[in-house]
Amino acid sequence: MKIDHAQPLEYSTDQNQLNILGFWIFLGAEIMLFATLFTAYFTLSHRTGSGPTPAEIFEITPVLIETFVLLTSSFTIGLGIHAMRLGRKNAMVSFFAITLLLGLVFLGVEVFEFMHYYHVGATYQTSAFTAALMTTLGTHGGHVTLGLFWGTFIIIQVIKRGLTPQTANKAFIFSLYWHFLDVVWIFIFSFIYLKGMM
Amino acid sequence: MKKKWAFLTSMMALVLLLSGCEPLLVLDPKGPQAERQASDIMLSIGIMAVIVVVVMAILAYVLIKYRASNQSDDYEPPHIEGNHIVEAICVGVPVLIVAYLSFVSVKSNYIVESAPVGYEDQEPLVVYASSSDWKWHFSYPEEGIETVNYLYIPTDRPLEFKLYSYGPITSFWIPQLGGQKYAMADMVTTLHLAADEPGEYMGRNANFSGKGFAENTFNVTAMSQADFDEWVEEVHETAEPITENEFEKLLEPGHLGQMTFTGTHLEFSPAPEHEHHAESDTEVDSESETHDHSQHEGHAEHTDHSSH
Amino acid sequence: MEFFQRFAIPHPSPAIYASMVAIALVSIAIVVGLTYFKKWGYLWHEWFTTVDHKKIGIMYLISALLMLFRGGADAIMMRAQLATPEAKLLDAQHYNEIFTTHGVVMILFMAMPFIFAFMNLIVPLQIGARDVAFPRLNALSFWLFFAGAMLFNISFVIGGSPDAGWTSYFPLAGNDFSTSVGTNYYMLAIQISGIGSLMTGINFCTTILKMRAPGMTLMKMPMFTWSAFIANIIVVFAFPVLTVALLMGTADRLFGANFFTTANGGMDMLWANFFWVWGHPEVYILILPAFGLYSEIISTFSGRNLYGYKSMVWSMVLISLLSFLVWTHHFFTMGQGALTNSIFSITTMAIAVPTGVKIFNWLFTMWKGKIRFTVPMLYSIGFIPLFTIGGVTGVMLAMSAADYQYHNTMFLVAHFHNTIIPGVVFAMLAGLTYYWPKFFGFILNEKIGKLTFWLLTVGFVLAFFPMYITGLDGQARRMYTYSEATGFGPLNMVSFVGAALMAIGFVTIVYNIYYSFKNSPRNIGSDPWDARSLEWATHTPVPEYNFARVPQISSSQTFWDSKKNGHALFKGEIEDIHMPNKSGVPFVMGIIFFIVGFSFVFALWVPAVIALIGVFVCMTLRSFEQDHGYHIHVKEIKETEAKYGEVLNSEDRPRTTTRV
Repeated sequence: MKIDHAQPLEYSTDQNQLNILGFWIFLGAEIMLFATLFTAYFTLSHRTGSGPTPAEIFEITPVLIETFVLLTSSFTIGLGIHAMRLGRKNAMVSFFAITLLLGLVFLGVEVFEFMHYYHVGATYQTSAFTAALMTTLGTHGGHVTLGLFWGTFIIIQVIKRGLTPQTANKAFIFSLYWHFLDVVWIFIFSFIYLKGMM
Repeated sequence: MKKKWAFLTSMMALVLLLSGCEPLLVLDPKGPQAERQASDIMLSIGIMAVIVVVVMAILAYVLIKYRASNQSDDYEPPHIEGNHIVEAICVGVPVLIVAYLSFVSVKSNYIVESAPVGYEDQEPLVVYASSSDWKWHFSYPEEGIETVNYLYIPTDRPLEFKLYSYGPITSFWIPQLGGQKYAMADMVTTLHLAADEPGEYMGRNANFSGKGFAENTFNVTAMSQADFDEWVEEVHETAEPITENEFEKLLEPGHLGQMTFTGTHLEFSPAPEHEHHAESDTEVDSESETHDHSQHEGHAEHTDHSSH
Repeated sequence: MEFFQRFAIPHPSPAIYASMVAIALVSIAIVVGLTYFKKWGYLWHEWFTTVDHKKIGIMYLISALLMLFRGGADAIMMRAQLATPEAKLLDAQHYNEIFTTHGVVMILFMAMPFIFAFMNLIVPLQIGARDVAFPRLNALSFWLFFAGAMLFNISFVIGGSPDAGWTSYFPLAGNDFSTSVGTNYYMLAIQISGIGSLMTGINFCTTILKMRAPGMTLMKMPMFTWSAFIANIIVVFAFPVLTVALLMGTADRLFGANFFTTANGGMDMLWANFFWVWGHPEVYILILPAFGLYSEIISTFSGRNLYGYKSMVWSMVLISLLSFLVWTHHFFTMGQGALTNSIFSITTMAIAVPTGVKIFNWLFTMWKGKIRFTVPMLYSIGFIPLFTIGGVTGVMLAMSAADYQYHNTMFLVAHFHNTIIPGVVFAMLAGLTYYWPKFFGFILNEKIGKLTFWLLTVGFVLAFFPMYITGLDGQARRMYTYSEATGFGPLNMVSFVGAALMAIGFVTIVYNIYYSFKNSPRNIGSDPWDARSLEWATHTPVPEYNFARVPQISSSQTFWDSKKNGHALFKGEIEDIHMPNKSGVPFVMGIIFFIVGFSFVFALWVPAVIALIGVFVCMTLRSFEQDHGYHIHVKEIKETEAKYGEVLNSEDRPRTTTRV
């Protein structure tokens, strides 16, 4: 495995470059996935059957907390990657850990939000609107959950193996994933929650 | 123009010959919409046949002329990158053909989506045609009549079919009067037809809808307005009124013969219509249309028809 | 008792019982045979754990051929049932299941693996790469496809096949109207293999973008690689739509959601839209690589470079863009109004222009050539007029007002078979014959191959051209029977005869493989067809590292340049070659996904959760694994090369060339 030291660590081998390009293409597919979910949501959001409308069930407080937490986590993972570029392993691990903690808080609030929907009579089976809402949120939440595990594994590997081309590559790709989830959330926040509450 | 028609007629003859001389239903139109569609079909068959012949001719020429056995052993085929003029022709001619066909297609779209040509001034006969597994229910709200699996229509009068379904998506199709359209559970689609000649026509559901799909047909009888009025009167004298109970029973999956009732099921089980219907509004594209559609639907309306 | 009843077939027939027995016997025979000949180890080490693109390609190829016969059996039963009016061979339910599985199997489990087979076999060789970008992911893609295919295929002996058509329109496919587990199989099996396809798409896009040999700019890629590249871009953007649609369908059927139901706000048309937003690009995912194969074959056997290379590339790019803008033409009759129909009518017809450009380019490639009528070339020559007919009938269907009359009829069935069979199937068989020697070291018998070609072509014309006529006469598709009064009888009988000829044709392919294996000479050299592109520049059969030295590229037909114009293809010394490690994990994950799918089909939540945890464990292990691959050392490479009779370290490659 040739290592090109002129490049940042995460780009320093051929395989690393392949991994990063491959992951960008994967994100392209993810964009289509969420675009399809959004299309489904916009098509069905007015079709509430006998169930509640968006405005009746959305609550601003948990959504704001979720947004704040996730945006911050996107910032902290950026700091983590910055630390990684500087070769400061401990700082990087700390920022990654903060990111994952924020992710966990996000997930906790989202679980609370789902329980709230259940209590006000909006379950997955209630209407086309609730199904589309929960599938979209759930797909995003599922991605975050997977990210928590993935990120933890990467932290363990960085601690055990140090900053190698492999671990740096994984960490960088994970940061792309995390930023992507943040962007998706901004769309969810604007076009599902804000639009629904107006 | 004359040449074109001569060509079309000969193509028509060829198709008829292939089919054993019986006219094919779609190419034997009995109403203005089907006529328009048949002429589009014949026109496109004609143009397309020319393309196929040209391609085959070039292919045959090339194969005969440049086959290896026809050339000396030391012949080395040249390296040719391409030629802008040739490629421009290969793009240009198809573009012209497609542009012409697009023009015809767009024009026909507006024709088949509005009242039949020559019938614009007349008040149409509105028939609600709804499907259930695996039957057709025809409601004549003005006449106060409902039939199952058969359709009586007057000739020389525009017909407006309002289509919807109590179940899977079906497609209402009377080939000799015009092309089909879907009947779906949560919206009403409109199909404009008219019959020029009295006669018996085949009608069916063309969209696969499960086990009984093959037999999901109905008979269409076109007759003069006078005969039609007579039939309406006769039904009112002889048929039983349709009741909600009776109708619920009719909806159960299975096949039924032909049936006749007075009154329509629209009174107790209305069609899933909306005050503003996307159908008639051709100015919206599909995206905003579904959007419109769902907005107008509202949930009040929806609970309504989800209960049947 | 009720628990077990779900696993029973709701509509058993002697044919199904016979298949059950046959499946059981064949499985036992395979297990006994493998044990007797002590081949388990070989199978595991050489195939189940392989990450070699060539072996994965061969596994795709075998699966595709198997599925061809499965889908073909469905086809011949349908044609037999419709051969005479009011036939009693099949009942309605059975017929519905058969045409549903025929469509799904042929598109997703026959045509898709067939094109993936060629991508795997050819693309890395054509770009001078050692393997694909992510070899293990590639193996996982295959095993997911295979798990999906097997899951779909067991439906007809356990629980019943899907019966709502390959398009599976809701609400017909919903719980209200489709009560057996058949449609669950549809949702899960396609989902699993679809994830595999998506990963293949990502893998090949990365491979083609990043792993080309030095000197190979994008516009110097061989045409098949271009077509594979574009097809994989379409895969990346189209398959997520299917993923979501299937997810929603599964939610409706298993979790009581209301996406496509007729109650509580559900919208049945949304399924149709999503399905075709994926479904139409899917058609081009299949046809573009087929075009790529034809380009290679026509160019080789005309002895000419491909005419209009640039316009070939741009036409494919244009086709791929347009393919996402035409989906509504699958339901012009949904009542979306004249304007929408007009827009989609025009975009659909527009596709005819770039397609036409390609047809003319192939004709001009033969122009001034030296045409050899080999079997692959015969398929390509047969393709041009037949596909043109399929294409122009597509333009006819694109005229939306007229489509009100074609829609849902046999005319439509004739049209899409007329594009897919000469377009895709012929290309696959042409490619199979053309590339067979590269991977198996012998040429398939030309005489039997020609017989196959003629059987298929004549059979095709007889089977499908009558449908244009019965369609215009009002024969709807998917009817299990018709009355004598309709007059459809004689032409349907002709179709049956054609289908039977095609069936015989497909059997002759198997016979040809057997016959050639026994009788064909093995001393064919590495370039038996006098070909032009890079894949023929390495040995036959291809060594596991593909090229001992990385090739230097001069043009899109760099091998031809090296043969005729003295281009030095291989320069420098042989170095150690880095190779990826084998892994059994993809195979295991395939099995786990099969269990996930099966458990979901029958709503067995405990095994489903356990299996999902298994998937998760596999992914965790992969995350922690340190996999640096291994190196093949110079000495070993030199030995291998010597075995092939290669003169080492020479700038050129003197090599025996046997012409056919």
